[in-house]
Parts: sequence; C-alpha cells; structure tokens
Amino acid sequence: MSESLSKIRIMPGAPSDLSAATYQIHNETHTLGNALRWMLMKNPKVEFCGYSAPHPSENHIQIRIQMYDNSSSLTALLCALDDLGALFESIEDAFKASLEHDDIEVWDERR
Amino acid sequence: MIMAQVSTSTSTTEQSSFNPRVHVGLLEERVTNVSSTDFPGHYPDEDYSWNLKEFKKKLQVKIQKLSTRSIEFDLVGIDASIANALRRILIAEVPTIAIEYVYVWNNTSVMVDEVFSHRLGLIPLNVDPALLEVKESSSDQATDRNTIVFKLHVECTRNTVAPRNSTDPAVLYNNSEVLAGNLEWVSQGEQSEVFAARPPAPTIPETVLVKLRPGQGIEMEMHAVKGVGKDHAKFSPVATASYRLLPHIILDEANPVPPHLATRFRDCFSPGVIKVDLRTKKVSVDKRGVRGETMSREVLRHPDLAEYVKLARVRDHFIFNIESEGPYEPQRLPLEAIRVMREKLSALKSATEMLRAQGNSDGDVQMTDT
Repeated sequence: MSESLSKIRIMPGAPSDLSAATYQIHNETHTLGNALRWMLMKNPKVEFCGYSAPHPSENHIQIRIQMYDNSSSLTALLCALDDLGALFESIEDAFKASLEHDDIEVWDERR
Repeated sequence: MIMAQVSTSTSTTEQSSFNPRVHVGLLEERVTNVSSTDFPGHYPDEDYSWNLKEFKKKLQVKIQKLSTRSIEFDLVGIDASIANALRRILIAEVPTIAIEYVYVWNNTSVMVDEVFSHRLGLIPLNVDPALLEVKESSSDQATDRNTIVFKLHVECTRNTVAPRNSTDPAVLYNNSEVLAGNLEWVSQGEQSEVFAARPPAPTIPETVLVKLRPGQGIEMEMHAVKGVGKDHAKFSPVATASYRLLPHIILDEANPVPPHLATRFRDCFSPGVIKVDLRTKKVSVDKRGVRGETMSREVLRHPDLAEYVKLARVRDHFIFNIESEGPYEPQRLPLEAIRVMREKLSALKSATEMLRAQGNSDGDVQMTDT
C-alpha cells in the first residue's frame, strides 16, 4: 500500500469536540483492534466503543468511540494506548518472574 | 472444610475458579455466559474501570512445562482480547528468517524449479532473527545485514563398489537424496563473526528435499531474508500457538455423588480428573488432573449422574501451548510477541499524537463530508 496513507485518521462526520468519532487505523488487524476496543470499554467515560475490519482486502480497521459528557475520544484513545502498553509490560514482567522463580517441569522432546 | 482451604490459599487461580462471574457454563447442547462482564456500568455500584494495580494483583503467569521445542503456560486474569492478540502475533507477526530468493544454476532433478524453490522456502532455519534487519523490498540492495546466503550443489552418481544384488538406492547411488543438511552457508562480510556462535543451518538437517538418480544434479544459490508470518506462513516462528480455557468441574457439597455411582461417575471424565476415595467412595476433583479434562460432557448423557455436577470453563484462565519451529527458544516466544505488540502500540500512539497536534494547529478537524 502507498506510503502516503497516514497510520490513523478520523473518518468524516465527527463533531469538532470529537466526542464521537470513528478512527481508521492503517495496517492493523483484529490483533490490535479487539485489544484496543476492550481497553476503551474499560474507561467509564466511554459510552460506546466498537471496531470492525470493513473489508478483508483492505488493510485497515475502523474503531468507533462515543464519549459521555462531550469529552474527547482522542484523549480516551491515547489513554487506552498507554494503558494497554502498561498491561503488556506487566504480563512481560510476570512471565519473566515465572521463568526465573517458578518450579518448571522441564522435559525432553523427541524430534 | 474445603472452603477453609481455599480461602487460605494465596493463588488467584483458585479464587477466580470460585468466582461464578468468570464461569462459562457448559450444558448438554449449549454454552452459557460466554462474554466477559468486567466493564464499567455492567453491574450497578461496581467499578470495573481499568486499574493497573488491581490488574497486576490479579494477573498470574505460571510456566507449567518447558522443553527445547515447546512451552505450556497459564495466563490468569486477562481478557480473551489480550490472549488472542498474543496468539495472533505469535503466528503472524513475530519475525523469522526463511529462504526467499533462489537462483537456479542447474536443476536436472524430476522436480521443476518453482516447486523446488517453494520447498526450499519452507525449510526452518536456526538463525536468530534479532541478528538481521528486514529487507524492505526486493529492489533493496542485499547486504550482510539483511541476507543470508546458502549454496546447494549435489550431483547423483553410481556407487561403483555397491554389492551386486543390492536394490537400495541409498547403497546403489551416491547422493540419492538431497537433504536440508546439504545446504551450505556462505558467510558474507561481517557474518562470520556475528553468527560464529551458531552458524546458519536448517533446524532439521535430515529433511528430504528431493530424490535424485544418476546423472541428475542440482546447483543453486539461495538468499534468506527476515519476514513475518502474515506475508507467508514460512516465516511463522511457531508450529502451533493456541490457548484453551481451564476446565472447571463443580460438585455440589450438599448433594454428593452416592458411593455406588462413584466409579461410573469417574469414568465419564478424562483419566485422572476425578478422584474416588478407596474407602469412603467420596468423589472429588483432582486440581492438577482437571487441566487435562477434554470436556466431552459424557457425564451429562447419564440422567442419574448429571444432577450431581455442573461443568464450566474459567473465562480468564488461559492455558497457552506454543511449539517453536526452531529459531526462538520456546520461552522467548511470548516475550517476543509482547515486544511486537508494544511496538505496535507505541507506533500508533505517536501517530495519534501527531493527529492531535495537526487538529490543534488548524483549529479544525475534518468533520463534514467534502
């Protein structure tokens, strides 16, 4: 796909305070879409959040965010990205801790 | 008394098992409570909004089994969307090295060039992908930083000293089979130092690529590059990467399985799942063994047994099973997947921040259709 396409853009139709907007994220799939949707739904200021992959041959997803009290969906999105990063960081730490400290059953696999 | 044992346990695994909100019910012909409900506003007067501290407290990662090729670990306290992201990244987005360009100098075998080239691409290589850079496009210059070169030169000839009556091609001919182990690595530039610890080679050298007969031969040069599974499955670092939910068998304390039904009850489950006390014939669930339950729901087919048990799965307890294809040690794969995910998130974050900056600069965000 062409390089000029930006990673993320706001679809037409959003109000200027961005209290309800659909974001199109380029080069991403359900992998990020569903995780991001889940994290946005954990935000109590988010009234609605859903995502879709509009067409299998188009290399992007769309994520719809609607907010309570006219707050900005862009702020919520940034916040969710941060939180998701922290979530994966804590999984990484916990995995490393388990690798070091846990009593792991090591077995020989025949090839 | 059993409840007292549970409350003293520090493990969150058991705590979540006893929380009916995370149970996915399994009935004879249907499943119940499939979706997670841990969202703000779902239960009145309960928060459930994102809280990192709370999450860390509940999160539990436990590696159960480890071998040179595979790993089994439990991920407890996460949502399916997170577990699924990891699984999808393992299959499609953790990079590996595979043969991508084949230069055929000679091929007189029975297999045509393109079929043989495709086979070469599928050979798992032992190269640590962290040591190479991605070659962005085929027009990019191949360098010692992004390409590994292999050579294959095999000619089949008659074995002049073979016993007269032998019929085995391996005895009758020299090089009757071309093996993955016949690939020779040709070091380029700095590579002899970078790859000194583990010279690039196929992980399974005894893989048969093609069979030859006298007079046939193959001479090729191959370029291996770094890529990801979403481009071509040959770049996938795993043979399988999957998860399942922990099975949970709920016995009713108030309505225990009667002693005369105990063995029949036990035999409805996978071996080792149900324990029957030899003396009292009391039925209980084996905490380790329950992981191996196949959830066949056989017990629900027997009307006299079904009333004593409820079957469920624990919605936030994921049992991951990953089989590595060679380049990564299995215990490194989940960490690589997390690294890829965090790179994705930070790339999207900087793009989103740029979007916000743009929106502020012209004081107007595109909102009406043009």
